[in-house]
Amino acid sequence: MTVMEQRDAYRPTPPPAWQPRTDPAPLLPDAEPFRVLGTDAAAKADARLLRRLYAEVVRGRRYNAQATALTKQGRLAVYPSSTGQEACEVAAALVLEERDWLFPSYRDTLAAVARGLDPVQALTLLRGDWHTGYDPREHRVAPLCTPLATQLPHAVGLAHAARLKGDDVVALAMVGDGGTSEGDFHEALNFAAVWQAPVVFLVQNNGFAISVPLDKQTAAPSLAHKAVGYGMPGRLVDGNDAAAVHEVLAEAVRHAREGGGPTLVEAITYRMEAHTNADDATRYRVDAEVDAWRDHDPILLLERELTERGLLDEEGIRAVRDDAEKMAADLRERMNQDPVLDPMDLFRDVYAEQTTQLREQAAQLRAELDAEADGTDR
Amino acid sequence: MTTVAAKPVTMAQAFGRALRDAMAADPSVHVLGEDVGTLGGVFRVTDGLAKEFGDARCTDTPLAEAGILGTAVGMAMYGLRPVVEMQFDAFAYPGFEQLISHVAKMRNRTRGAMPMPLTVRVPYGGGIGGVEHHSDSSEAYYMATPGLHVVTPATVADAYGLMRAAIASDDPVVILEPKRLYWSKDSWNPEHPTDVEPIGRAVVRRPGSSATLITYGPSVPVCMEAAEAARAEGWDLEVVDLRSLVPFDDETVSASVRRTGRAVVVHESGGFGGPGGEIAARVTERCFHHLEAPVLRVAGFDIPYPPPMLERHHLPGVDRILDAVARLQWEAGS
Ligand SMILES: Cc1ncc(C[n+]2csc(CCOP(=O)(O)OP(=O)(O)O)c2C)c(N)n1
Repeated sequence: MTVMEQRDAYRPTPPPAWQPRTDPAPLLPDAEPFRVLGTDAAAKADARLLRRLYAEVVRGRRYNAQATALTKQGRLAVYPSSTGQEACEVAAALVLEERDWLFPSYRDTLAAVARGLDPVQALTLLRGDWHTGYDPREHRVAPLCTPLATQLPHAVGLAHAARLKGDDVVALAMVGDGGTSEGDFHEALNFAAVWQAPVVFLVQNNGFAISVPLDKQTAAPSLAHKAVGYGMPGRLVDGNDAAAVHEVLAEAVRHAREGGGPTLVEAITYRMEAHTNADDATRYRVDAEVDAWRDHDPILLLERELTERGLLDEEGIRAVRDDAEKMAADLRERMNQDPVLDPMDLFRDVYAEQTTQLREQAAQLRAELDAEADGTDR
Repeated sequence: MTTVAAKPVTMAQAFGRALRDAMAADPSVHVLGEDVGTLGGVFRVTDGLAKEFGDARCTDTPLAEAGILGTAVGMAMYGLRPVVEMQFDAFAYPGFEQLISHVAKMRNRTRGAMPMPLTVRVPYGGGIGGVEHHSDSSEAYYMATPGLHVVTPATVADAYGLMRAAIASDDPVVILEPKRLYWSKDSWNPEHPTDVEPIGRAVVRRPGSSATLITYGPSVPVCMEAAEAARAEGWDLEVVDLRSLVPFDDETVSASVRRTGRAVVVHESGGFGGPGGEIAARVTERCFHHLEAPVLRVAGFDIPYPPPMLERHHLPGVDRILDAVARLQWEAGS
């Protein structure tokens, strides 16, 4: 019998049945971003937490305003403001236990401060006197990361290591919408899911990566949907609703701590200011779009909720603002002092032990500085 | 033909004009990168290109350097001439796999069947008060990768000419754009914009007889200033602007050093494993009998690029160059 003759009789053996490895449905984000403030769910929210969030968000807003003012006075080289995004910043910090770790991106100064970092130290990078102005181990805040998404694998590795050591530590890593396009984002999520590492990824989707809007960044239904492809749950939350962000992150942290693995949280928010003080946002967006977000301001949402529930009155508002004002005044005053710099620090901490070459170069600089001081400079 | 008067133009504008003219001249030239479209790039080099040529020719990409370089490889494979922008020196690093494994090697791997006519624009170097990761001098990495051309202009005319040449080249060219010279102005005649030396040639920016300063990119103006200052001390310094690090113009450099008998290589990237070591070795190999002193290097320190408030102590300035020049009065045995 030839092959041709065989054809009619041929019935292919079916391949073994295929099934998805896990059910994708529970991983899919809800159709709507999760909200608490202004909904029935708000009644269940803890009053103390709401007040705390309010105070921190107001402080955060004031911090952003103060830091931006410092750029105008030349006290900061640059400041990427998180005005409009304070709810995400604050919730990210408050949701963590002391032993947990925060992995912020360059925009997340506020999260670092809300976690307890000294406001001046948190600005060292942006003032330009050193790269990271704090000891990351002290508050368990990794260096504010400038290359986008590159801190995400670090968060996974740290969380993994903690689990290997038997510690119930969670790492929360922050990234922007633009950063989700980087290869490091993909690799971090994949490792985290495969290792079931106790990590929470928080994407602050503020609409733009410098000038590039989200629709040029991704064709995914949402950034939270990306989670499914890695085998972790994706959650969508209203990023201006501090109570909602807190609740979603708290749930993700709990899940991670209990061995449930990573979660990807997408917070929908908006960057009210330009990318940094050096950016011209009028080139890529119209005022009407910015204005539309003003009514959905994180402070406004909390204030409304708290006053309606009788948890906040004029006096309470004033007290919170006064406190924020004090923080700003202190920040302003301390930032207006010139940092004490030692050029010889250039050679410190390049290696644990100084190399011969660096010792020579240090001696060269020392001689130059001495000559400068003596006025024997050319 | 009407005569267009030379007028002051910044280096950033000259780069932009080169991109524009190249796109107008050849429909296969495409510009892509982060923020290159609507915003016109963070340094505004690509300003107006998306408007003039549409966003299919000047494209805001997703934020992914490996993706940008990798897709550019595919575009070049299909006959386009991509010009990609890496937003800042240190943000090119995520794309190094594509650059080193594919952009640089495609011609060689395919025995010439598949050239890579691709231009990689990298704003580089310090001196602008940038925070971490915004001031790296990454030229040594590119130089160490066979298959890449590496050029870096120091004048407005060269910015235009080298960019046009890079885009016209059938090989990949990394064009290192000295950030701190972006706003430097020069009068420039748009009528003869490509009347500059081609890729691979160095030029003598200032003739002199007592020693040669060999430099490139952001350090060229510093060396010119040092040469002026050295006159007071009786030194007549020649300044050679390399313009192209790969290929390297041994002829121009050797001819100068043979004339002057002394040489200092100046650059702001770290000295150890840096471009200066290679250059000093080549000069020594070719000019040994003409040298009155060892070839010296004045470079940045071998440290991660410092924070803005300390960068002036790191960047080689006029004094450090003059100190090296003084050491050229070298006596054997000393
Ligand atoms: C690897 C890398 N590429 C490019 C940049 C330059 N850059 C700094 S911020 C930015 C946009 C980031 O957008 P997004 O991730 O959405 O965060 P956002 O600024 O909105 O907080 C770009 C392109 C960078 N820092 N790192």
